[in-house]
Amino acid sequence: MTDTPAVISTICVEGVSKQYGDAFAVREVDLTMAPGECVAMVGHNGAGKSSLIKLMLGLTTPTAGRISVLGGDPASAAASHIRRQVGFLPESVAFHPSMTGRETLDFYAKLKGASRRDNDALFERVGLEPSAIKRRVGTYSKGMRQRLALAQALLGGPKVLFLDEPTTGLDPALRQSFYEIVRDLRDAGTTVLLCSHALTELEGQADRVVVMSRGRKVADGSLSTLRSLAQLPVRIRLTMPAGNVVEMTCANDDKVAMVRRVACEERDVADIEIVQPSLDEMYAHFLRREAAE
Amino acid sequence: MNTLFIIAGKEVRDGLRNRWVVATTLLMAALALTLSFLGAAPTGTVGVGPVEITIVSLSSLTIFLLPLIALLLSFDAVVGEIDRGTMTLLLSYPVARWQVLLGKFLGHAAIIAFATVLGYGAAGVALAMGDAEIGAESWRAFAAMIGSSVLLGAAFTALGYLASTLVRDRGTAAGIAVAVWLAFVLLYDMGLLGLLVADGGKTLNADVLNWALLANPADTYRLFNLTGFKNVSLFAGTAGLAAHVQVSPSVLLAVLAGWVVAPLALAAALFSRKQI
Repeated sequence: MTDTPAVISTICVEGVSKQYGDAFAVREVDLTMAPGECVAMVGHNGAGKSSLIKLMLGLTTPTAGRISVLGGDPASAAASHIRRQVGFLPESVAFHPSMTGRETLDFYAKLKGASRRDNDALFERVGLEPSAIKRRVGTYSKGMRQRLALAQALLGGPKVLFLDEPTTGLDPALRQSFYEIVRDLRDAGTTVLLCSHALTELEGQADRVVVMSRGRKVADGSLSTLRSLAQLPVRIRLTMPAGNVVEMTCANDDKVAMVRRVACEERDVADIEIVQPSLDEMYAHFLRREAAE
Repeated sequence: MNTLFIIAGKEVRDGLRNRWVVATTLLMAALALTLSFLGAAPTGTVGVGPVEITIVSLSSLTIFLLPLIALLLSFDAVVGEIDRGTMTLLLSYPVARWQVLLGKFLGHAAIIAFATVLGYGAAGVALAMGDAEIGAESWRAFAAMIGSSVLLGAAFTALGYLASTLVRDRGTAAGIAVAVWLAFVLLYDMGLLGLLVADGGKTLNADVLNWALLANPADTYRLFNLTGFKNVSLFAGTAGLAAHVQVSPSVLLAVLAGWVVAPLALAAALFSRKQI
C-alpha cells in the first residue's frame, strides 16, 4: 500500500516489526491511512492488533521499520503535539475507581489542553446521564465505562482515533449509536482505526479491512476487493412457488450472468436471495490461506 | 510544569479519597501527642526541656514508621497503574514519561509532608501550651526535625518508586519495598555494629563509619537530628558522637536530598525505556 503519497496520509507504517525476546508481536507490517478513512483491523487474540496500536501511539518502539503519525515519530520526545490530536480507546478500559465520571473527564481534558466547557456536550454525545456523571467510576457498568472511555477518546476533536475492541460489552442499541458517532467523525475528516472480533458488525462501517494473523498483515483492501481476492463462492437462493428453496453456488464474477439466466429460465420463481460471503467467512479464508503457507 | 501539577493534584485527591491522608495524619498525630505527653513528665533536673525529649523520641520513632508509610504509599505507584491498564491510557496523552513519574511523586510526597507537618505540628502545639519555658533554639530543632522527617519520607518514597519501576509484577514490587525497609531501617545498623565489634577498630575508623552512615538515609536522618543541635545531643547521649561527626548538618541535609533525587532520577531513566 504505497500508492498514497506520505504527505497526505495521516498514518504511515513502513516495514515495522516488534519483537519481545524471540517472539514477534508484529512482523513486517506496512500500512497507510488517509484523513477521513475508517479502517477496520481484524484478527484473533494475539494477532498483533493491540501491539500495532501501541506502536502507533508511541508507547513502545519498533524493533525494525519506521512509523509516522501526523507527520512525526510518535515515540519521539517531541510527540506531545501529535498526541494532542490523537484519541485512544484502550481494549480493557481502566479508570481510577474513586473518581467520578466528571472528574475523570476533567482530568483527561486538562492533560490534553482541551476546554472543559465542552465536556457536557461530550457526555451527552456518548449518552452518559447527568446522574451517572456524578457517580464514582467504580460503580459504573461495563457499558457506562465504555461510554466514558469513548468520551475521553473524543476530547479535543482528534484527527486520529484508535479504537481497540470498542463495542465489547455494549448492547445492540448502544452499538448503533456508537457507530453513528464514528461515522460522523470520519465524515469530518478523522482517521479512524477500529479493532474488533465482531466482524459482522464491521460490515458497512469500514472503508477498508486489514486482516492480521500472527503479527503479519495477511490482507488489506475494501470489502469488495477482499471478496474478489478470496474468490469465495456466492450463494444464490431461489424460492419456488411451491415454497421449496433451491440453493446454488457460483463464483463472484459469474454472479450477474447466473442471476440473468435464472430470471429468464425460471419465470415463476418467487424470490431471489443473493448471499455474499460474510466478513467472517472471508476472515476464515484468509487465515486458512495464511496457515497453508 | 502545568502537567506536573495536574498529575500531582490527582494523586493527592486519590489519597484523600482512599483515606490515606486521614489515616497517616491521625497516626502521626496520635503517636506524636502520646510521646510529647509522656516526655513532658520525667524531665526532672537534667536540664533539658520537653521539646528535646520529644525530638529524641519522635525522631527515633520516625525512622521506623515514616519509611514504612512512604514505601507502602509508593511501591504500587507505577507497576500498579501498568497492571490496571490506566498507565497505557495516561501515556497516550500529551505527557512526557518523566512528567508522569515526577508528578505522581510530588503528589505522594505532598501527602507525606502534609501528614508529618500536621501530625508533628500538633505535638508542637501541645508542647507550646504546656507550662515549661521553651527557647527559640529548641523550636528551631523541632522545626528541623519536622523538615528532615519530610525529607526522609520523600527519600523512601523515591526508593519505592524505583522498586515500582524496576519490576513488572506488583507482588515483587511489594517484596522489594519490604526488603528496602528491613535493610535500611533494621539490618543496616545491626550489620554495622557487628562489623565494628568484629573488627575491633583496626580498619574501621571514624571516617569509614561516617561514610557508612551517610550511605543509609535513615542513619543520615538520625545523625542530623541527634547531633545537629547541642541541647538535643546532650540528652540523647550522643554528645560524644557529635564531637566526632565531621559532617555539618547542612551536608547531612544535602545527603538526604541526594537520597531523594538519585533514586527518582534512576526510576525516571528506567521508566522512559520501559515498554508498556
